[in-house]
Amino acid sequence: MTESLLQRDKNDAAVEFSRPLRLSVTEDLRGFLAEKIGHATLFSITFLSVLAVMAIFYFVIQESVPFIFKGSFGESIGRLTEFLTRTGWYPQSHDNPEYGALSIIVGSLYVTLGALVVAVPVGVLAAVFLSDIAPFSLRQICKPIIEILAAIPSVAYGVFAVMIVAPWMQNTLGFTTGTNALNASLILSIMALPTIISVAEDALSAVGREVREASYGLGATRAETMLKVVIPASHSGIVAAIILGMMRAIGETMVVWMASGNASRIPSPWWDLSQSVRTLTATIAGELGEVPKNTDHFHVLFMIALLLLLFTFGLNMVSEFFMARFKKKSRGL
Amino acid sequence: MELTPIRKRAALQPGKIRLNSPPSAAAEETPCTQKTIIGARDFTFYYGSKAGVENITMDIEVGSVTAIIGPSGCGKSTFLRSINRMNDLIPQTRTEGLLSVGGQDVYDKSTNLVNLRQQVGMVFQRPNPFAKSIYDNITYGPKLQGIRSKAKLNALVEKCLKDAALWDEVKDDLHKSALALSGGQQQRLCIARTLATKPRVVLMDEPCSALDPLATARIEDLIEELKGTYTIVIVTHNMQQAARVSKRTAFFCLGKLIEYGQTDKLFTNPQEKSTEDYITGRFG
Repeated sequence: MTESLLQRDKNDAAVEFSRPLRLSVTEDLRGFLAEKIGHATLFSITFLSVLAVMAIFYFVIQESVPFIFKGSFGESIGRLTEFLTRTGWYPQSHDNPEYGALSIIVGSLYVTLGALVVAVPVGVLAAVFLSDIAPFSLRQICKPIIEILAAIPSVAYGVFAVMIVAPWMQNTLGFTTGTNALNASLILSIMALPTIISVAEDALSAVGREVREASYGLGATRAETMLKVVIPASHSGIVAAIILGMMRAIGETMVVWMASGNASRIPSPWWDLSQSVRTLTATIAGELGEVPKNTDHFHVLFMIALLLLLFTFGLNMVSEFFMARFKKKSRGL
Repeated sequence: MELTPIRKRAALQPGKIRLNSPPSAAAEETPCTQKTIIGARDFTFYYGSKAGVENITMDIEVGSVTAIIGPSGCGKSTFLRSINRMNDLIPQTRTEGLLSVGGQDVYDKSTNLVNLRQQVGMVFQRPNPFAKSIYDNITYGPKLQGIRSKAKLNALVEKCLKDAALWDEVKDDLHKSALALSGGQQQRLCIARTLATKPRVVLMDEPCSALDPLATARIEDLIEELKGTYTIVIVTHNMQQAARVSKRTAFFCLGKLIEYGQTDKLFTNPQEKSTEDYITGRFG
């Protein structure tokens, strides 16, 4: 039996080595070309997506620049200052249009920060629970459910905000309007949760069992282990999770359009979230379809888009920075 | 990672915890003799329905070095990690029989795990320093015990690093990240960190398996220096290491304790056939 096995082995080996050894390009042109073509294809596909991002930047800038740079230098500065610091938003006015976007910028910040106030503590604590406290079986149930939250279309959240949360706020809490900053914040926070939970949970799990064992082995309780070892070791990952959640909240359109009330004014007093606000995203979505092309109104909407783009771009850079630091740290550099 | 709640205030009933008292005080109520610090009686550990170790009965002497050898998957680590209940991290496990440290039943409901783990320190297979400075790694345990005085902590860091033969290499970089150290240095740091909680027992789970021969030699020297002051239980795959460092050796196979005795006798004149087969390299 062993002999026959040996025999077969020998034959296999013979087949193996009967293939000619081709090392230079000229001898194996097909293989050489196949590799080059594959490389080029993958490269160009990747490059296309980079190109798409750059094209978006280009067109947004191209369409927003005419709003600012019109007339003298002083006038340009004046228009930019009006855009950033004035609250009057009357772009459709015939005789005296005003393009002060401050109240809209503030509205966006309100709903975003409001969402974060809820989503960050809940999201991070849920991540801690999932990574370290929940029994395995419960985690297996919870994770998919949380991921489903991310898969629900935003318009469905909007319906929920308008049909359920808004009447509840009006009737039970006695707000004058049900569609307000608080409503939008709450719904946005639910939408940001899956991002925050799953990224933060990854960061916490990446800390590894060895480190937890080391801490328990020195007589630490679970709370001490979490607070003094696991969370400090993964804090850059947790910050990245929070920033990703924030990007989700600031870029969300449909829900805030439906739930925020769309009044372009800064709440007064400033802390009263039961008043309606309007966000950058909802302004673009609501007005771009009805505005004549190449008017000031048209260009100012692209200004808003540029502002949003810069905002998310900046946040993305910050989160990349923290992610990179997290990776570096977990490799011990 | 699951863990049963470990800081149980109820466990602090006076007279129940004997981790700090001399072993003799508990002698009459446990199987331990005067010189025994760890005692197992028919100790069985189950993962689910499968036994990781079965019916282990052995006593470990105070201040000695005891080696546990055996083929992979034989339950050496399971037994070692039962001694300070590190296995609690694994869900769905249970135990039978008795395992005591200093006269206290480790698996008793009243056992204070925080005290237990401060008294029974552990060095793991792979160096696992925290992503903190060398200084903070060592002061982690003492700070949990409530030591705040800067002078005390400084003295402790110096002493532990000297005990772990690492002081000369790191004394100028105490505030550098521990992760920047080499593997061997990290492992000695982990030993120093364990010593900082002033344990009575140090469990070592293959502490040299990730280290090169030079670093291994240093750790072995260290074990030599620590014995007497600490009771050391070391799990190792390296039989020469067991022969070099330990006074007594236990041979585990398939979850059972096959043979336990003086190291020189066990290696020169094993009583069991499977021990002989293992130490002569016929299997495992």
